[in-house]
Amino acid sequence: MKIKNQITANGANLPRRLFLRYAGAGAASVGLLAVDACHKDHKVVPFTGIDVGQGDSGLFNFTYAIKQVEAAFYSQVILTPYTGMTGDELTLLTAIRDQEILHCSFLKATLGSKAIIALTPDFSSIDFTNRLTVLFAAKNLEDTGVSAHCGSGYLIKNPVYLTLAAKILSVEGRHAAVIGNLLQNGFFASTVGSNGLNTNLSVADTLIVINKYLKNKVSAVSFNYVLT
Amino acid sequence: MSPRRDAIKNITSFGSKVAVAALPFAFVTLFKKAYGAVPTPAVNDVLNFALKLEYLEAYFYKTALSVPGLIIDTGYIETIGNDENGHIGALRQLLGDAAVASPQFDLTAKGAFPDVLSNYDTFLTVANMLEDTGVRAYIGQATNLLGNQLLLITALSIQVVESRHAAAIRQLRKSRGAVIEPWITGSSSLSNDTGIPSFNANYAGENNVIQNGIDVTTLSSASGSTTPYAVATQAFDEPLTKEAVLALVAPFFA
Repeated sequence: MKIKNQITANGANLPRRLFLRYAGAGAASVGLLAVDACHKDHKVVPFTGIDVGQGDSGLFNFTYAIKQVEAAFYSQVILTPYTGMTGDELTLLTAIRDQEILHCSFLKATLGSKAIIALTPDFSSIDFTNRLTVLFAAKNLEDTGVSAHCGSGYLIKNPVYLTLAAKILSVEGRHAAVIGNLLQNGFFASTVGSNGLNTNLSVADTLIVINKYLKNKVSAVSFNYVLT
Repeated sequence: MSPRRDAIKNITSFGSKVAVAALPFAFVTLFKKAYGAVPTPAVNDVLNFALKLEYLEAYFYKTALSVPGLIIDTGYIETIGNDENGHIGALRQLLGDAAVASPQFDLTAKGAFPDVLSNYDTFLTVANMLEDTGVRAYIGQATNLLGNQLLLITALSIQVVESRHAAAIRQLRKSRGAVIEPWITGSSSLSNDTGIPSFNANYAGENNVIQNGIDVTTLSSASGSTTPYAVATQAFDEPLTKEAVLALVAPFFA
């Protein structure tokens, strides 16, 4: 995996060790830099609020932010597998990682000049050596992403983009099911209510969750989410 | 603005946090009356199409569960069956009087799967196909609900549950020795990963790697500056038209 050795923050080159402390992820977090695949050519600027913008590109940036967090998270998981990870689990989680990275790269490519910057994850709340902690975080991310798609799809104006969103949503549902089952066999539909419907979240409520995993917070002013 | 629309406006403004689909479905009636939103015939077609598929799935799971000794992973199948029943309820609520009644079904698909209710693995392969095909049907219909908050939240919330089911069924098949992953995995020459050639048409196009005009295999990945074809096919599920889906499930309709 390609690893960036020089990260600039406010124009100064940071030694890698200091960057890792910035990102709050401790010693074993080289994986954060492994999402180079998605962040190529983007300057990393920590501690700045970032707005997703308006309209369909705003919604794609919103999704892109979620995907950046997911891609970085799973990259870290694969780089530093939790204690006791089985071969099957490694295979599943690697596949999810690869699909999330592709979603990330795809959204960045589609957004072009409208893409938000590379975000700096904050996984300081996650002990990557601990299986339950990692899987709960994965479940939180997948379920949030799924619910976000369900709750914001109606805001999309361009039918081409709505179809793309539905395609991605479908795969996220598969991820969510797999993660649920890893936590507890049969838990694949845990966020589904008695009416058989998945939960749904507004843009605002999604970002409240996602921002917990980000150093530089994301806002969505035109979707009623302002950073305070 | 009418008093009903005021009421709805007030509800939705305190609640960008209000999850529409979590509200009791009596709300649907209020919503529809306030916005004059008696669904158009076009929208009713979409919902009734989905409803027919849900009737099929619900009947499939309910019938299988009633066969003594057939189902091994009862928890999984009961969970899935309950969801399908919920979907029927949700769609019938939205449709009101326009909801179609349940058709009669032949779960052997006119003899294509004679042991679907006596062989658990056959049951699971049919379930695999039904769930994946249902997902593709919903993806194919999303744009017909463009911009409609209530209907699209509902449809997407149903669609993703079908994806959860699809992944879970695939995992059951894998646990019993099938070579299959939770996500549809193709290659440049293969779009049907179920191992059942008679499902080829259900998976036609699933190995597509062009998304929004971009060949996503050319995008960078963890392994380098390109993305493996298999990953590219896994990362996106693909739509099917209503006509295609109806043709595919027609043998299950008695």
